[in-house]
Amino acid sequence: MKNNKSKFSKYLVSGVAALALAAGAASSVSAAENSKFRVGIVTFLSGPAAGPFGVPSANAAKVLVEELNKGNLPAPYDKIGINGAEIEAVIIDEAGGATKQVEEYRNLVQRQKVDAVIGYVSSGDCLAVAPVAEELKTFTIAYDCGTSRLFVENSDAQYMFRTGLDASVDNIGAVRYLAATRPDVARLSGIQQNYSWGQDSWADFTAAASALLPEAEVVEEQFPKIYQGQYGAEISALSVKRPEIVHSSFWGGDMEALVLQANARGLLEDATGLLTCGEASLATYKDQAPNGMIIGARGPFGAFAPENELNTWFKGAYNAAYDLDPVYPATKMAQAILGLKFAAENAGVADKEIPTADQLAAGLKGASFPSVSGTVEMARGKGHQAMQGIAYGEYHYEDGKASIVNTVAFSGECVTPPEGVSAADWIAQGFPGAQCN
Amino acid sequence: MTSLLAVLIDGSIYASWLFLVAAGLTVIYGVMRILNMAHGSFYAIGAYSAASLVGWYFNNGMGPAWVSYLMLVGAALVAGLIVGVIVERGLLRLMYGRDEILMVIITYALLLILEDGMKIVWGVSPYFAYQPYSELGRTSLGLLKVSNYDLALVGVSALLGLGLWAWLERTNQGKVLRAVIHDREIALAMGVNVKLMFTITFVLGTTLGALAGALTAPAISVVPGIGIEVIVLAFAVVVIGGLGSIGGAAVGALLVGLSRAAAVHYAPEFELFVIYGVMSLVLAFRPEGLFGRTLARKI
Repeated sequence: MKNNKSKFSKYLVSGVAALALAAGAASSVSAAENSKFRVGIVTFLSGPAAGPFGVPSANAAKVLVEELNKGNLPAPYDKIGINGAEIEAVIIDEAGGATKQVEEYRNLVQRQKVDAVIGYVSSGDCLAVAPVAEELKTFTIAYDCGTSRLFVENSDAQYMFRTGLDASVDNIGAVRYLAATRPDVARLSGIQQNYSWGQDSWADFTAAASALLPEAEVVEEQFPKIYQGQYGAEISALSVKRPEIVHSSFWGGDMEALVLQANARGLLEDATGLLTCGEASLATYKDQAPNGMIIGARGPFGAFAPENELNTWFKGAYNAAYDLDPVYPATKMAQAILGLKFAAENAGVADKEIPTADQLAAGLKGASFPSVSGTVEMARGKGHQAMQGIAYGEYHYEDGKASIVNTVAFSGECVTPPEGVSAADWIAQGFPGAQCN
Repeated sequence: MTSLLAVLIDGSIYASWLFLVAAGLTVIYGVMRILNMAHGSFYAIGAYSAASLVGWYFNNGMGPAWVSYLMLVGAALVAGLIVGVIVERGLLRLMYGRDEILMVIITYALLLILEDGMKIVWGVSPYFAYQPYSELGRTSLGLLKVSNYDLALVGVSALLGLGLWAWLERTNQGKVLRAVIHDREIALAMGVNVKLMFTITFVLGTTLGALAGALTAPAISVVPGIGIEVIVLAFAVVVIGGLGSIGGAAVGALLVGLSRAAAVHYAPEFELFVIYGVMSLVLAFRPEGLFGRTLARKI
């Protein structure tokens, strides 16, 4: 009896294992040979970054994929799917840290058999995934992460691309906006989340301010912990130094809490807030942010995206699906998907054929493609990094409606270091070669 | 001079918030000997409940602002009561008598479950219920402008501390509870319904956590993960004051609040370190915390 039981268990285990292997093999085969273009979409679906970044980005991806598969986009993106092949999106959560994301990336490529990956808000995740993309020879687009180290540490990247801008552009643009609209500003202050994003942003901002606003001095700087939520002491410390400008690279819930608390305590009446990621919460501030607060969108995205046929279509489709205007992370996701489609259709392969990673890379490297934010030039990072202009403007709330006024846009050549020059060196040298109109 | 005044005001406000967060944690540990990792989730549930209710109230243009303050407290009481009873009756009651470390792991598991549960109920988008915060206006003290809502929190926190003290020291139920704290077995032998006292204590602790979240909600953006952020701070405060001591939590909160405010104003680079610096200093000289009691171990 005991023997029979043990034999039965062995058969059962072997049967289950065989079924599992067969199922795994079947799913791999179906993924690779079902004539669909399979794309992995990675963004935050949980954690504090999900609300401000992940959900709008995932929503944009869903709208784009659905409409592309129906062939509903304006020219030149009116061909169905990607190069005629239906798009199948595998959306996964970016939460969990860089180590987990490397595992998830390998899973997407090796088990889910995706043809390309688009993703990553976190700079840490971007930096961790980039060498793995090269190792696995998988075409990958970083759509949002801002680290300027991406193509410094991966200078020979073949498969890694970024269709968004790097963080130094945000802060050079912010200082150029101050120089253009408030050239006499004398007292600067800043409050940043205490990790690489906040520290790098503040370093870029203060360096650029030294060059473009030589009369201005930094009177206070604060670096509270990320997700702290309570900024009472920091707001007091800033208030007593009487700054004219309070710069912050805060994002998400931290940014909304800071604006609410600083406004209630009068700091944003006495000084002008300058939020490099401020556009992402445009619909949230209502009357809790003062008119005149300077906000950016990390490029010509969201409410700063120019009027063109693609953007009009995208805003309409997004609004129809979610009853909201797309904020900048949504626009950046749309741009990355259009970049992928452009790469595939620029790769010179037959209709409905799925290009290889090498063909996709060749199709995007150094290219110039039309997007929801205007024309994107892949003109930096040896053709792997997008170069675009950036705009800043002032928040304005009236009759229950938020808008942006006094917008000033700067060209890509005005805010982006030349090829091969780091942002720090370019700023320190006084922006040689910058072309600003 | 302005900075010194700012340190005192900011420190007191932060301390009162810390005390609100830590009070429930220390009450539960004091009576039940459970280091409740899920306390941060109760805080978050209170914040979400209050933000949802107040948001709904103002979005529908329902009426006067003072009602929203009642809603904050009401949301916390209801949320704390429901969650407290479910968790105590449905989970913890089955685990009483187990090792304290095991209870830490169980409540940690509960924290993870509740965090995902909140995502199912409230999603991941932020909740913003700012009206009660901005409606109270602000007070100018020289260069410093202070939110009246924050000042009111100091009063609420002091009242709550006094109320807890009076309940423990001046009521029969408080005396019974203290008997349970001193010796659970003797209290049981004397006819005290220890299980009922555990239920009352846990629900009280849960409600205090939810109340802290509800009162914080108008000043922040309520997003996933807020509970995890506060639990570390709350632990630091109760460890400094001595696990299970209400007075200790108050003193611990004041020490941390004032030290942190001083660091922000005079040495911002030490702001992250200062809370744990104070904790390390206290534990180096009093390992049981400022008001903690050294207990003989029963074998």
